[in-house]
Amino acid sequence: MFSYQNNGMLLSGHQILSSLQLTFNLGETHCLIGPSGCGKSSLLNQMAGLSSQTDVMGWGEKVPEIGYLFQQPRLLPWRTILENLLLVEPDQSLVLERLSEVKLVEYAKYYPNEISLGMARRVALARCLLLEPDIILMDEPLTSLDLPTAKEMRELIIRLVCEHPTRSMLYVTHDLDEALQLGDIISVLGGKPAQVIHSTSSELVSREELEVLLQY
Amino acid sequence: MKANRFTDQFIAISSLLVCWWAVAFFAESALVPGPYVVFQAMAIEWNQERLLPSLLITLQRVAISFIFAMLVGGLMGVFMGRYRLLNRILDPILIILLNIPALVVIILLYIWFGLIEVAAVAAVIINKLPNVAVTLREGGRMFDHELDEMAKMYHFSTYKKVMHLWWPQLFPYVMIATRGGLALIWKIVLVVELLGRSDGVGFQLHLAFQLFDVATILAYSFAFIMVVQFIEWFILQPLDRKASRWRKGEAHV
Repeated sequence: MFSYQNNGMLLSGHQILSSLQLTFNLGETHCLIGPSGCGKSSLLNQMAGLSSQTDVMGWGEKVPEIGYLFQQPRLLPWRTILENLLLVEPDQSLVLERLSEVKLVEYAKYYPNEISLGMARRVALARCLLLEPDIILMDEPLTSLDLPTAKEMRELIIRLVCEHPTRSMLYVTHDLDEALQLGDIISVLGGKPAQVIHSTSSELVSREELEVLLQY
Repeated sequence: MKANRFTDQFIAISSLLVCWWAVAFFAESALVPGPYVVFQAMAIEWNQERLLPSLLITLQRVAISFIFAMLVGGLMGVFMGRYRLLNRILDPILIILLNIPALVVIILLYIWFGLIEVAAVAAVIINKLPNVAVTLREGGRMFDHELDEMAKMYHFSTYKKVMHLWWPQLFPYVMIATRGGLALIWKIVLVVELLGRSDGVGFQLHLAFQLFDVATILAYSFAFIMVVQFIEWFILQPLDRKASRWRKGEAHV
């Protein structure tokens, strides 16, 4: 089990997040929903250690290996797909194995600008998995994808991350159906500054209840 | 595509030669020699073993000045682009350096240090360095912050960051500085040689000027232009093509 706690978050002098605590059990998917601009992505950056704020309490004694699937794939455009992944893991057989898991082996020698956004997100997922992370942070990975591509990506996430016995995930979205489908735990961010106003098992909450909570 | 490029360049250069020949033909003056006379002068200088040694000496000065200006100016520019405080401190100095006339720097260094090689090369470096810094500062400013975050998440070593993240982003700016640098540096080197050295292309131009020998002046100029064109065709353009392969997607072809 991993636990993350912060003292709130300031952005340009304004407090955007109140202090919060998140707990991750092994293999558990935690969905975080909230209105746009409430600080979800900033929270992920802070959890990943990318925030410049220094007074965060952060992870407890046991610091997990974190994988971060950014909203944009953030591949190096001047390196091929294979080269992008080899920068993270020098073992080519392992890289090809991960590429095969996301069904992109035949595109290994393509440059990122030659593949679609959906494919680039799958490459980013493969790159993320190469780290063998304990916790994966995902920032709206299905945004801007058409329905079939989003479905394919969602299935990959379920197969490679949600069904993994020891891999936990914090999945940020504002799509309630997505949260209900993927999440074991659903937390709702709301208020100003934002705080966790509700956190429960996905089996104990309905779409209608979440809609009401989001209007808080 | 490749054949087309060479054909285009051949047509451009041929047209220039024809225009030059026509102007010289109608001018009928020793002060406006045609291509044949100039290439004859080039052959004479070559046979008398003046052209190649002069070219090599000038090239050596160009190379040393270029490397120093690119290294020091490049690092200065990139750090100024990355760190606002450094930019605020160094920006006024950069503006002063940019606006001091090249000739003033050359004369001052010759007066202060004498007509020595170090003063000559230093004068060229001081003239070129601010241009490189300004160009590379833009490159430093354009670094993609999101890719930096990605590199941090994936534990990129400093080497990986430099080679795979920063250098490719800087490369277009380095190429601009390189092309501009070569063009500017060799011109300044000629002035430096003309004013205070007893060898090199600039010195030969000085001698030809005293004799009003326009053909020899043009012969040395074209010889050096050919060298720079050679560098452009066989070093810079291939580098450019290699670095921009990803834009055209040539890797898997």
